Amino acid sequence: MASTLPPGDPAPADGTLPPEAVAGLGSRPFGVYVHVPFCATRCGYCDFNTYTAGELGTSASPQSWLEALRRELDLAARVLGSAPPASTVFVGGGTPSLLGADGLASVLDAVRGAFGLTSAAEVTTEANPESTSPEFFAEILRAGYTRVSLGAQSVAPHVLRILDRKHTPGRPVAAAGEARAAGFEHLNLDLIYGTPGERPDDLQASLDAVLDAGVDHVSAYALIIEEGTAIERRIRRGELPSTDDDVLAERYEQVDSVLSTSGFRWYEVSNWAASVAARCQHNLNYWRGGDWWGAGPGAHSHVGGVRWWNVKHPARYAATLAEGRSPAAAREILSEEDRRVERVLLELRLAEGLPLGVLDESGVAEAKVAVSDGLLSQSAFDAGRAVLTDEGRLLADGIVRRLLP
Amino acid sequence: MATFADTTFTPPERIRNFCIIAHIDHGKSTLADRMLQLTGVVEERAMRAQYLDRMDIERERGITIKAQNVRLPWVVDDEEIVLHMIDTPGHVDFTYEVSRALEACEGAILLVDAAQGIEAQTLANLYLALENNLAIIPVLNKIDLPAADPEKYSRELAHIIGCEPEDVLRVSAKTGEGVRELLDAVVRQVPPPVGEDNAPARAMIFDSVYDTYRGVVTYIRVVDGRITPRERIRMMSTGAVHELLEVGIISPEPKPSAGLGVGEVGYLITGVKDVRQSKVGDTVTSERKGATEPLAGYREPRPMVYSGLYPLDGSDYPDLREALDKLRLNDAALTYEPETSAALGFGFRCGFLGLLHLEITRDRLEREFGLELISTAPNVVYRVVTDDGTETTVTNPSDWVDGKIMEVYEPIVKTTVICPSEFIGTVMELCQARRGQLGGMDYLSEDRVELRYTMPLAEIIFDFFDSLKSRTRGYASLDYEEAGEQTANLVKVDILLQGEPVDAFSAIVHRDAAYTYGTRMATKLRELIPRQQFEVPIQAAIGSRVIARETIRAMRKDVLAKCYGGDITRKRKLLEKQKEGKKRMKMVGRVEVPQEAFVAALSTDETGDKPKGKK
Repeated sequence: MASTLPPGDPAPADGTLPPEAVAGLGSRPFGVYVHVPFCATRCGYCDFNTYTAGELGTSASPQSWLEALRRELDLAARVLGSAPPASTVFVGGGTPSLLGADGLASVLDAVRGAFGLTSAAEVTTEANPESTSPEFFAEILRAGYTRVSLGAQSVAPHVLRILDRKHTPGRPVAAAGEARAAGFEHLNLDLIYGTPGERPDDLQASLDAVLDAGVDHVSAYALIIEEGTAIERRIRRGELPSTDDDVLAERYEQVDSVLSTSGFRWYEVSNWAASVAARCQHNLNYWRGGDWWGAGPGAHSHVGGVRWWNVKHPARYAATLAEGRSPAAAREILSEEDRRVERVLLELRLAEGLPLGVLDESGVAEAKVAVSDGLLSQSAFDAGRAVLTDEGRLLADGIVRRLLP
Repeated sequence: MATFADTTFTPPERIRNFCIIAHIDHGKSTLADRMLQLTGVVEERAMRAQYLDRMDIERERGITIKAQNVRLPWVVDDEEIVLHMIDTPGHVDFTYEVSRALEACEGAILLVDAAQGIEAQTLANLYLALENNLAIIPVLNKIDLPAADPEKYSRELAHIIGCEPEDVLRVSAKTGEGVRELLDAVVRQVPPPVGEDNAPARAMIFDSVYDTYRGVVTYIRVVDGRITPRERIRMMSTGAVHELLEVGIISPEPKPSAGLGVGEVGYLITGVKDVRQSKVGDTVTSERKGATEPLAGYREPRPMVYSGLYPLDGSDYPDLREALDKLRLNDAALTYEPETSAALGFGFRCGFLGLLHLEITRDRLEREFGLELISTAPNVVYRVVTDDGTETTVTNPSDWVDGKIMEVYEPIVKTTVICPSEFIGTVMELCQARRGQLGGMDYLSEDRVELRYTMPLAEIIFDFFDSLKSRTRGYASLDYEEAGEQTANLVKVDILLQGEPVDAFSAIVHRDAAYTYGTRMATKLRELIPRQQFEVPIQAAIGSRVIARETIRAMRKDVLAKCYGGDITRKRKLLEKQKEGKKRMKMVGRVEVPQEAFVAALSTDETGDKPKGKK
């Protein structure tokens, strides 16, 4: 979640939603996202809504955050009325593992208390390998978490240094081993490729380590140089070389080829899973236009065509809720066309693709041209879907622009 | 302030008609201002710098586009003299207008910057004045400047005109020094006009200007007879008859008068709304008992350079048409007709007198009418004879008939370059590279030389002046005049994107220069056109023969790595913005070409004699 909030319409203070948005609740999967806005240190590439203890001072603490979170979840339960039990929960950040196993258990209890969970609910937390231990994993498993997503980024020390990642190179793999030993079936490792100074061997070493760790899910992201980050300043000053799209494309192909030959299959542009069961249901719900409540500072939500997002700063977030008001900063009610556009731009990123019926006539014609360009799959097209080819995955945004008026 | 000059029908012997021949920044307008002040027609307080240059662009570029004229009272030896000062256009494109202005005079002040010496255009206009038998008064201006070298340039002027260096007057238009003496010299040296008072009226039009309130204001010099208000007049070139609503003089605001007599200069208003009905060089006569023989020297304005003008935003097309219609009212030389380009959409093929005329017109369209324009590379007019003997005139590369051409004729010009002698080699090299034929060379002074070449006009309008300036560190000056046509080995080079010709980039060039043009355009476009989702070959071709090729490699990556719950709104808004951006793209086949690429690819930096402002 990037740090600046988009422009939107004013959101009502009591958090109410239009009745037509709430009406379809339960007919789609319902997820809960919880944003933990704390980090031990800030990484040089990160522009997420996260704060170090030093930055927050006394204005917000994990304790006051948890209190505010409970208030928001209560509000959510009221606003949604007969909300269905959550089929997915995702605790992200920030660094959720900084809350400790107890803290994470409390978070999940709060979610359970507000909505309940389905019996097969997928419950994920992100974790920084440095703040985990065998006991940590055992405890959160007991608390009800079913999946852990670990930030590995790279195993190359010089790459980690540029990213400002503090962990020792072997730690993510070890952490994954501990989590598996504790009984976690579903584990993800995050990789970042295309960091200035990264060589193909560095990426190969990272991929080898990921495969050694025995996880069933990998997310690999090209490093995005976000405005206002330390790394962006260093590139601007010429201290670091800038990233080149052609190199990023080669790295992506390297990632895809290594993972594919090791039993992983892509199911979203930046996500690979070892089995269908290993796919992250929570994220799929984003991409398939499902409903979710995002709780916590700066978190985004979507229910039945209404998107809204919370105020960013933890202190303001807590204060607003303490006054009994919704923490939403702004919202937007999507038009039919907005929803169609979102379907195209989200579903096209998925391996399952997009039904051609979502496109208008000229969109279908464009899709046909994209097929002949080798960017969309011929067989999928014949079966009525727009599905990216390997080459098309790298050009997905451009294809979306072609498919829409 | 009322003076004796307010009354017309002054006897010719008390009239002096003169103009000022000067290079663009040698101080002509400042001198004119000073004369207005000294003769008392403009009060000190009301003095606006460069009173006679009215249009903003003229002021900004420091050049006079439209001639103005003014009637001044001056007393020498107790004799009341009426001076008509005719302010000539100062640019090469307006040679014909200059020649008509000169025709209206008996004398010319040759005004030269005392720090720079004579420039090519001044020299060309001087020769024109000498051909017209004008009395020449050589004057060095800006003698107050520290860099002034009046000794050196007096010798230069004396050498050119054939007088003594002592005969060259020295003034500072800025401080006024020497201007009185100059006015006295005009009275003494310029002969009075001669004409038949009793003959049928004949007056020459030397300028016409469209005024929003009054319609067309026509400036005339009476040669024979009288022009009086409330009679009908006839334009002798067309036979058109007009009511005469007003006759008057300029001093320096228009003042109606009882009429104009032999040798007098003034204006007339007929109520027509289009300057095309008052053509420069035409003869005005009375409808009744009018003259049968027009004055010599009339010529229809003829465009020499053509370019396509397209609105950057296609929906501005009607506005462009309206703007051209308005400009046309005041510009008899501007021609245009609708044209469609596959790449640029709807626009106009416009004809101009020359490159400066093009630039000024473009400037005015953008500035006064708020339009954003793309102009295609300018080209000259070709006469093409095909193998079946048919002759066509080609003003647009897209009309070029491939394959069947037997002979092509291109316009040539007599070119004069004046530069310091250290640059002779460089200038010769440049002129030869542009297919120039050396006609002669003269030393104007020990270190300044005049080179004369015959060159194709097409070579001049293609960044010649900029090349000349940059190779001579800005010291060279250039003038050219039409000199007929010649046969030439010319070809049309097409530029193709993904096999699709882009009409806006086609050019007619000499066969020897085709490869250079093709390579340059292809390289330029490779840099200007962003990578697409597919490979785009760029080819330059003569007919079906490819002479140069470049490739825009396919884009490899165009996808955001992360798109999670918090990214969706932003992503959709980004998409909307990108879609907006796409609408500003021009499609060539399937290739999206940003408009900036067209603008950049078509800007050949050829600017003609275009000063960027006055010192």
